[in-house]
Amino acid sequence: MGLLSKKDSKLILDPLADNNPITIQVLGICSALAITAQLKPSIVMAISVLFVMGVGNVVISLMRNIIPSKIRIIVQLIVVATLVIIVDQVLKAFAYELSKELSVFIGLIITNCIIMGRFEAFALGNGPWRSFLDGIGNAAGYGVILVIVGFFRELLGSGTLFGFPVLGNPVTKTGLYGIGYENNGFMVLPPMALIVVGIIIWVQRSRNKELIEEN
Amino acid sequence: MAINTDKNSYTIIFAIIMVIVVGSILAGFANGLKPKIKENQRFEKQQNILYAMGVNENEGPNDVTFVSTDKVEEQFHKYITKQLVIQGDDITENDEAYLIDIKKEETKAKDPDYTRKLPLFIGEKDGKEIYVIPVRGKGLWDAIWGFVAVDKSMTIQGVFYDHKGETPGLGAEINQRYFMDDFTGESFLHGGAFEGIEVSKSNNDPTNTNTDDNKVDAIAGATITGDGVAAMLRKDVKMYVPYFKSLQE
Repeated sequence: MGLLSKKDSKLILDPLADNNPITIQVLGICSALAITAQLKPSIVMAISVLFVMGVGNVVISLMRNIIPSKIRIIVQLIVVATLVIIVDQVLKAFAYELSKELSVFIGLIITNCIIMGRFEAFALGNGPWRSFLDGIGNAAGYGVILVIVGFFRELLGSGTLFGFPVLGNPVTKTGLYGIGYENNGFMVLPPMALIVVGIIIWVQRSRNKELIEEN
Repeated sequence: MAINTDKNSYTIIFAIIMVIVVGSILAGFANGLKPKIKENQRFEKQQNILYAMGVNENEGPNDVTFVSTDKVEEQFHKYITKQLVIQGDDITENDEAYLIDIKKEETKAKDPDYTRKLPLFIGEKDGKEIYVIPVRGKGLWDAIWGFVAVDKSMTIQGVFYDHKGETPGLGAEINQRYFMDDFTGESFLHGGAFEGIEVSKSNNDPTNTNTDDNKVDAIAGATITGDGVAAMLRKDVKMYVPYFKSLQE
């Protein structure tokens, strides 16, 4: 990447793989379970978090020298909460159906530990540009896992992608269903999200042995 | 910069400024987007009312597809010919009756001096006169609501239910076709007496072939939500009975 220095591009690329917030740091699991039953909400959630983290990290970074350390956690909370309310309102105004579907989970971005974690660990000690990259990188790392999990859960659980049937029609028994394939209803339930995330963690660590923690 | 950020006075001033700034940003956003959000909510209501009376874009047997938002206003005015507000014996026509907030009316009605406003939407589809009654009640976790379309003799022509936060896969299924479609054909009036509709666990009639028993099949695992639906119908539809009796005279 010519645009970014080596150090900067590391900020974006690291969280995508070797320092992924979900699979390595195991943060933000709760929302990963809740909204990944289908692909569409997963993507919207990923984009919303991307926005909140990108902007939030910059705002915190710009204020890092004037934030009183006594109330810095409260200040961080206010910044996240404000951004989340803005996202929520914009969705309600321009993507009403979707906002109904995501309902409470948009509000729950506030409690997403990745965001507060990055504010505290990175944005408070780095400049706005690097904080922005770090925010985007971590949100993208989170989003990638969300989309992967959403893809498999919707495909195997409902036989659709983005709501379009891709494996045939289970009622009239066309496509794969014609030869005896059945949707796995368990995929739609939250426990399966954990199992899918577990499989991703296993694949990732068996490919890169350095990631395995020693106990 | 040599600001002592540890001083108490600084902390307090910072907090105050922060609250003012954030407050005005949010107020600005809320104000700017309010008309658009209101409009979305209005369209949703129109879509739900139309859905109950059978105006929708369903294709498959399990679809719940509303009239699209760009057409809904036009379709709403095409199919809904009259909107009434019933307040005691006083019946007035009001083109914005569908905007009446049932929840607020419920709260106001707790005052014994207040006569509750009951909105009723009268429409025509395939040459048949249809009356749509809004209902609202409690599920297991939160509010449930819906619209019930009946004909002159209070026989159900179609229903639409929705919920705020019922359990996915269980109570949340009340907005699915296999549950909603069962209500069609049941009647609230039997020989002039009002009778509710029971959401029953022992009905054994999954496609509702018996429409005289005032029972529909419950959803397994959603007893409280199902009871909530039955209670909601009994409570809210009953208030409209005097009006329908006056129609038949």
